[in-house]
Amino acid sequence: MMQFENLFEKVEAIIDKYGRERANLLPILTDTQDLVDHNFIPEEVAEFIACSLCIPTSQVYEVITFYAVLSEVPKGKHIVQVCDSTVCRLNKNTSLVEALEKELGVSVGNTRPDGEVTLEFTPCFGACDISPAIRIDKKVYGNLTEEKLVKVINDNIGGMHS
Amino acid sequence: MKECNVIIDNKEITIDSGMTILEAAKVANINIPTLCYHPVQEVKANCRICLVQTGKDKLVTACSTPVWDGMNVKTNSRLVRDTQKGVLELILANHDQDCLRCVRNGKCELQDLCEMFNISRSDIEDVTLGDVTVDSQAMDVSNPSIVRDYSKCVKCNRCVETCTKVQDASVLAASHRSTDYTIQPAFGKTLDHTLCTYCGQCINVCPVGAIYEKDYIDQVWDALDDPDMHVIVQIAPAVRVALGEEFGMEAGTNVTGKLVAALRRIGFDRVFDTNFTADLTIIEEGYELLGRVKNSGTLPMVTSCSPGWINYMEGFYPDLIDNMSTCKSPQQMFGSLSKTYYSDKAEIHPSKIYTVSIMPCTAKKFEAQRPEMNSYGAIDVNAVLTTRELARMIKMSGVDFTSISEEQYDDPFGITTGAAVIFGATGGVMEAALRTVYEVVTGEELEALDFHEVRGLDGIKSADIDLGGTVVKVAVANGLANARKLMEEIRLGKSEYTFIEIMACPGGCIGGGGQPISRDPDIRAKRIKGIYGIDRHKVLRKSHENPAVKKLYDEFLGQPNGHKSHELLHTHYTPRPGSRIKTMQFE
Amino acid sequence: MKRTANLISGNFKKYDPLQIDSYIAIDGFKALKKGFELGSDGIIDEINASGLMGRGGAAYPTGVKLKQSRDVPGDVKYLICNADEGEPATFKDRYLLEYDPYSIIEGMVLTAYTVGATHGYIYVREEYSYLHNMLRKTLDLARQGNFLGENILGKGFDFDIELFSGAGAYICGEGSSLIESMEGKSGRPRIKPPYTKVSGLFREPTLVHNVETLTTIKTILYHGAGVFSKYGTEESKGTKLISLCGNVNNPGVYEIPFGITIREIIEDLGGGVKDNLDVKFLQLGGASGAIMPKSLIDIPYAYESFKENGLEIGSGAVLVADSTNRIIDFLDSVQTFFLHESCGKCTPCREGNRQLSNIIGRMKDGSATDNDVASVERIANIMKYASFCGLGKTAPTAVLTAIRYFSDELFSKGDVYERM
Repeated sequence: MMQFENLFEKVEAIIDKYGRERANLLPILTDTQDLVDHNFIPEEVAEFIACSLCIPTSQVYEVITFYAVLSEVPKGKHIVQVCDSTVCRLNKNTSLVEALEKELGVSVGNTRPDGEVTLEFTPCFGACDISPAIRIDKKVYGNLTEEKLVKVINDNIGGMHS
Repeated sequence: MKECNVIIDNKEITIDSGMTILEAAKVANINIPTLCYHPVQEVKANCRICLVQTGKDKLVTACSTPVWDGMNVKTNSRLVRDTQKGVLELILANHDQDCLRCVRNGKCELQDLCEMFNISRSDIEDVTLGDVTVDSQAMDVSNPSIVRDYSKCVKCNRCVETCTKVQDASVLAASHRSTDYTIQPAFGKTLDHTLCTYCGQCINVCPVGAIYEKDYIDQVWDALDDPDMHVIVQIAPAVRVALGEEFGMEAGTNVTGKLVAALRRIGFDRVFDTNFTADLTIIEEGYELLGRVKNSGTLPMVTSCSPGWINYMEGFYPDLIDNMSTCKSPQQMFGSLSKTYYSDKAEIHPSKIYTVSIMPCTAKKFEAQRPEMNSYGAIDVNAVLTTRELARMIKMSGVDFTSISEEQYDDPFGITTGAAVIFGATGGVMEAALRTVYEVVTGEELEALDFHEVRGLDGIKSADIDLGGTVVKVAVANGLANARKLMEEIRLGKSEYTFIEIMACPGGCIGGGGQPISRDPDIRAKRIKGIYGIDRHKVLRKSHENPAVKKLYDEFLGQPNGHKSHELLHTHYTPRPGSRIKTMQFE
Repeated sequence: MKRTANLISGNFKKYDPLQIDSYIAIDGFKALKKGFELGSDGIIDEINASGLMGRGGAAYPTGVKLKQSRDVPGDVKYLICNADEGEPATFKDRYLLEYDPYSIIEGMVLTAYTVGATHGYIYVREEYSYLHNMLRKTLDLARQGNFLGENILGKGFDFDIELFSGAGAYICGEGSSLIESMEGKSGRPRIKPPYTKVSGLFREPTLVHNVETLTTIKTILYHGAGVFSKYGTEESKGTKLISLCGNVNNPGVYEIPFGITIREIIEDLGGGVKDNLDVKFLQLGGASGAIMPKSLIDIPYAYESFKENGLEIGSGAVLVADSTNRIIDFLDSVQTFFLHESCGKCTPCREGNRQLSNIIGRMKDGSATDNDVASVERIANIMKYASFCGLGKTAPTAVLTAIRYFSDELFSKGDVYERM
């Protein structure tokens, strides 16, 4: 399970960096989530941030659940996102999804049981000129052939796929 | 203020330019339908019911749009009516339709809109294919006081505002987006895992049956039906000036006599007055205060009869527990006496006595179940009914409340003073205490019994009281956001007060979470007027003059703050799990 | 008419953002210097003469907006560059951020000077996080070069800019929602009035402008309103960046003069439809835009001709769909988007999207009922008229225009509903 003391120290540093004000909640939360292996905000950490900023935990929870980048539940160590909006569907993202599911060994909308990778649909991230497009750990890739797809998966997630 | 000429539904009116269309329409005698709007809250404009037409193809919400000079508004054009009805149908499409079984049947703002818009079954079917399955999480029945039914929530956010701005607990907030949008505590917890104070103010503003009190009527009927049980009932002061509203009477009407009669018809063996133990509380608390002053005890001392306030203190100011009076609330003092003193007098074993209390308060249900509240090894107050539950019970029993003849309370807990009844209003406990403390300290009779400086609806009131030469600073707060201000001063070591009264609910108990629900902004003022009216007409108006209380000390308790008192009438407090020490951010 | 221009996009890939000198060498910050000479009134006159309208989608006359903002008094005034570009099929702001960031900075300083702004932010969507470090570096370099910060170019004007990152919410492209997120809250839009120009970030006067608008302000100051307005049509002056995408051979950002036809955009700029297929429909202005049938392909790309035909320029997205696509599938992709992005607080958008998603889902699978079909238009109209903000109001645009132009296909039973 998670050990939080070390994490709290680092979160404290993030809060100091941005300033102990409510207005900085969003960058504090996004930077904090980047520290957590499984890309989420544990409840204890949300509580800690709420106390540090003197705001109610319910409102920190509101922010966590509002923004798509933030998660209240653990996800994979690596996040693979496939655009499912208008342009990428027109450009037949279904075959891309199939290829990803096969390569990663997880069906879209799920986290692989070993916790290494989450594969999910995501709305348009402005890569329509290289559609259909994906993001792997925030890096954008498009105009993918089967070969290129395998390569970018290997480069980012490293051989740990089915 | 500048003036504006506006045409509303073909009527020309001239009004202040700062008004919203909603307010302006009232001037023209037009009531635009609303749902999320509440007269004492901020405008939210999220339900989108109050639409009006201000131009070709242009609809705006009347609650949030200010008028402009030359505006031509239609509140009932075709486009408005069709769109409003459509919005209502969309709400209904994701709202539990089991009105017949809902606690707000007949008292629901959504039902009012359906009636107003002439909604029929076929309209809804257009949208939802007939059967409505509401997408929401499981009901929260986790705690003794409040039930949350997510399937009925219309997401108006009224409860969020009350919980956050007025009551400062901030347990509720909106979370998630789109169809997952939910008003709930952090991490979807049930209320028992939060710092909810159970004050029930959220219930008082909910337009529908999404939040309501936990109902104990069946348990009480069971006890009444049990021939072996001796069922007694105590009634709080604030109930008697509000219960009448549930039967069409004016707010503030004193229905004490009818209330007692109705309870006898229902079958209670004895009907008692919580005011008795309110008088008792004043004695105990008055001496406790004087003890602290004399012996350099922790000051300021803060009153402890409001369980919503106690919950708040244990949750957010547990470091200041020592400032709390150790006196139990009148409800709980009554409870312990009912199983000891009364048990002896009536010669009935306490296990055969079922004590019910009628309270304006939802937190009292939680208070009654606190583990400390048992004087003989089992629970002192067996069941708590809110004013609203009592009204339902009276209706269930067929009593014609408005016509019934008045009756009197039973002895030995029927003699009470005016000082006791004013407990129901904010400032009442303070005033009652001052009436006694003044005479104890000065040894002189107090002529002017009305302490006006501590009366009224201001959030924080303070006064300098001259006790025969010694000036004592006192303060009164109602509503927890106001309580916080006084507690912050104590925490920072800056409080100038000796004695502080805090009531969780705005207006004091008359505005409690268990009272009849009303959107009348003057409802509290009307009830308070009723309370002080009763006090004025009382023969006895000082707690220490209550002969039955004196008898209680002579026969049973001994001295105020004595050993027996401490055993039965005093309590202790504990920080709540997950308690937070908040430090105020000064804006 | 020449089909492309390089007024706004002239600097693309012509300099290295990490070398500010390479920008200065190609007339960088010349417009800023010109602006200081013209003064605030002169700048507003120039922008008015250019006919520039807001490029975020609302198309409000920019000169008017600048003057209104300047007229709001205050010791603190914020200028926010809205780089939240979340509208599907839109990526023109991405090109500006990536290939010409100094023009944005220059445009912001010019605008701040014009309206009396004291603090600036560039709000960049999280999905462009790979650009954040580079952008921060350009701000540093601009500061070092005295183009930003205290006493800019010795003119006694103080103005600095900070980067703020979004966190994945399309609604934060709406000005008041964006501001809410910058205050550490969820991005649900605010009630208006008060308008953000009077009460915005931390309740101070705030001016929010799209990236392209700010860049074009600089473009107009550099080239002069006369040069800019030589392009375009009578009512749609100048040039614009469009994001061309979908089933075309050459998707990308193009700068076009207003007035060229959509056919020219698709065939001459886009290289025609892939695999030589036919155009079936377009969606213009992003997911919140109207569906346009092939029959309108020869109308000019301009505000007035669009308005006549019930279309909007919007974000400048031009999405082309070929004949292999079913309208209902496309509407499903639009609906999926709005269901995900609705903030949830108002009834028509939250509940309307819920019902539309169910109905469109059933239509896609061929299991829709007569009730469903009768309800679609009704629900869409409720959303259009009653929603709290632009998201709810424009979410049903695609559905409503599809009903207008493709009702036979949408509502006929039989082949259309068979799974492909």
